[in-house]
Amino acid sequence: MGSLVAFFADGIKQVFRGDRLYWAWLVGLVAVIANGAYYYGQQLQQGLIVTGLSDQVSWGVYIANFTYLVGVAAAAVMLVIPAYIFDREDIKHVVLIGEGVAVAAVTMTILFVTVDLGRPDRIWHMLPLLGRFNFPQSMLAWDVLVLTGYLFLNLTIPFYMLFVKYRGGEPNFAVYFPGVLISIFWAISIHTVTAFLFSSNVARPFWNTAILGPRFLASAFTSGPALIVLALQVIDRFTAFKVHRPVIDFMALIITVSLQINLFLLGVEFFTEFYFPTEKGIASHYLFFGVNGFNALVPWIWTAFGFNVVAAFILTIHPLRARRALLNVACALAIVGVWIEKGMGLIIPGFVPTPIGEMFNYSPSQVEVFVSLGIWAAGLLVFTILTKIALPIELGTLVWVPGGTRSRYPGGPHGAASPGHPQRPQPQQPAAPEGERP
Amino acid sequence: MSMRPETQPAERSGWSRRSLLKRGGMLTFLAGLFGAVPAVAQKVAEADDHALSDAVGALFQKHYQKMTPEEVQEAIARITRTAKREQGVDITVATDPPLQGVIFGYALNISKCKGVRRCVEACVAENNQGRESQIQYIRVLELEKGDMNLNDADHYFAPELVPQPGKFYMPIQCLQCDNPPCVIACPVQATWKEPDGIVVVDYNWCIGCRYCMAACPYWARRFNFSQPKIPKEQVNTDTHYLGNRPRPRGVVEKCHFCIQRTRKGRLPACLEACPTGARVFGNILDPNSDIRYVLENKTVFRLKEELGTEPKFWYYTD
Repeated sequence: MGSLVAFFADGIKQVFRGDRLYWAWLVGLVAVIANGAYYYGQQLQQGLIVTGLSDQVSWGVYIANFTYLVGVAAAAVMLVIPAYIFDREDIKHVVLIGEGVAVAAVTMTILFVTVDLGRPDRIWHMLPLLGRFNFPQSMLAWDVLVLTGYLFLNLTIPFYMLFVKYRGGEPNFAVYFPGVLISIFWAISIHTVTAFLFSSNVARPFWNTAILGPRFLASAFTSGPALIVLALQVIDRFTAFKVHRPVIDFMALIITVSLQINLFLLGVEFFTEFYFPTEKGIASHYLFFGVNGFNALVPWIWTAFGFNVVAAFILTIHPLRARRALLNVACALAIVGVWIEKGMGLIIPGFVPTPIGEMFNYSPSQVEVFVSLGIWAAGLLVFTILTKIALPIELGTLVWVPGGTRSRYPGGPHGAASPGHPQRPQPQQPAAPEGERP
Repeated sequence: MSMRPETQPAERSGWSRRSLLKRGGMLTFLAGLFGAVPAVAQKVAEADDHALSDAVGALFQKHYQKMTPEEVQEAIARITRTAKREQGVDITVATDPPLQGVIFGYALNISKCKGVRRCVEACVAENNQGRESQIQYIRVLELEKGDMNLNDADHYFAPELVPQPGKFYMPIQCLQCDNPPCVIACPVQATWKEPDGIVVVDYNWCIGCRYCMAACPYWARRFNFSQPKIPKEQVNTDTHYLGNRPRPRGVVEKCHFCIQRTRKGRLPACLEACPTGARVFGNILDPNSDIRYVLENKTVFRLKEELGTEPKFWYYTD
């Protein structure tokens, strides 16, 4: 019990310890969150009228971000599988970072659906016993269930691993492996269910296609690992935590294959919609070419297409992919490309034209933009805090020392507390690995 | 309507923790989370005529089908008090249950419809839709003769005179599907099909996620993006709980076949307003009804029948 209290105490201390750059980062994030909260306050006061939404286009940039981020959350599985199933030690070393991305992404998805609600005060209507949950009929009910379950898995498994390490022990395979197995299937399920949330709608031919699920997964395993690759390099650069090159190479390979599959699936869909254009395919026409002067999404989707193609080109050619700068460019392109394609490019054409044929343009309002930015900042803050605590524990620089001097002398004289961690710092050195850039 | 009074063993001694959570913990949790504290505090400051208790009561109100008759009466008292306090009108809120042996159906003669949109006006007046927000349950499409493709329709036709030569008109409202995709979609069962076939919404239970709007193939659902506002003298005070009673901001609403009228044996407002007699309404279980005559003697069709939604709204021509 004492170690549990110490774990959280040390964790909190850890969060408030850092150099100037770290603090500037935190302050910046909090400022963006505060700005978003202010605009969300306006939305609460005046209703969703302050958004660009309408009866015609009733979901917009909130749900677009939600959809994208479910994919990012699911992508953590691409570290979990090699780490735990194929036992790659170097990836096991960074798997916590993937899980941190998952927690941050799920947190953002929950925030995005919450700000999209007209009556957030009634969110308790979904709670078991108190509320009336339309399970198993409603795909939205399924989505709520799988997302909260995924959040739970990605909080508990890393917590167990970290806590055991913090206490200086080794995680018990029999304890964590069942959880890991479940989380692998669960990761696939969150994104499949989210795809079904859309594809189940007979009212919306643009979504009502069996290929939506596979496309969701392919794009998720593109953008998620791309985000993780960038995050790993940032961590490698700004903290004492070092990421081995083969880990990045492995992730790059996953991004490459996923993006290739994603482009292939897009081509398949393109062929089906345009070989013999039907009225059901008018939304695709609106998305790619515009209809009767309604063409708000055309520049966006072609930008996304261009980004994805360039990214695929860089990634597919090995000498290009091997160059770190080019790899990063490809990752950034893929992240943005998928965000457009799967965000606005997926949600809005579902609504345009309306099921009874009305063309209608949507563009997000200032409130929607700032609230969305605030939520992204909140996600980055969650990720920052989680990694700030997790990495020193993973490195063995933050360990439990019964007796209370743990935070100042993490290496301490109580060597027995953490066997198997040779790289412990000198007692004089505070347990803050970040910031000491060489 | 299945009004199953919820027996309340759950709230007795053995479960005190949950009821505590429900009463106290839930209150502070939700209030803190959603900024209700300032709102509640303001209400306390005003402290006039049950404002606070009504706000709190509405916050923790149960699903309509789960309320006991007493709880329904309390809810209605809150609604009427709020209408009096905020709009200065005395409204009645009925809860007429569905009539036995009745399933409502609607038929519309598109060769008679001239596109004058009296139905739209009458509907707004009858059903207390927000005037500023301009919510309308009925959308009349103007189509080129020889073309039934809705994607070619004009939704905002405004000629000097209707009908325009070479055009025909097609009003679309909620078709009260027998297999409604919106009901399946709702994550909290805030919308359901009544035994008389009307798809209704509990405006106090809807969380405003708008998934039903995405699910509806007929674009029949509307959302209150802002607080519905109606000039005092234009409020229809004769309301039904599942129909035209005042709606809060942030919830979905839709055509309910004028439930406040039809369950009392009257006809929908849109039908009464139609100057051409294009509309036919009635009990499809009654072999002698007008609607049955149309179904049996006219060539009828339904919108997007291939989706399997089984609308109870038929179109026909002379």
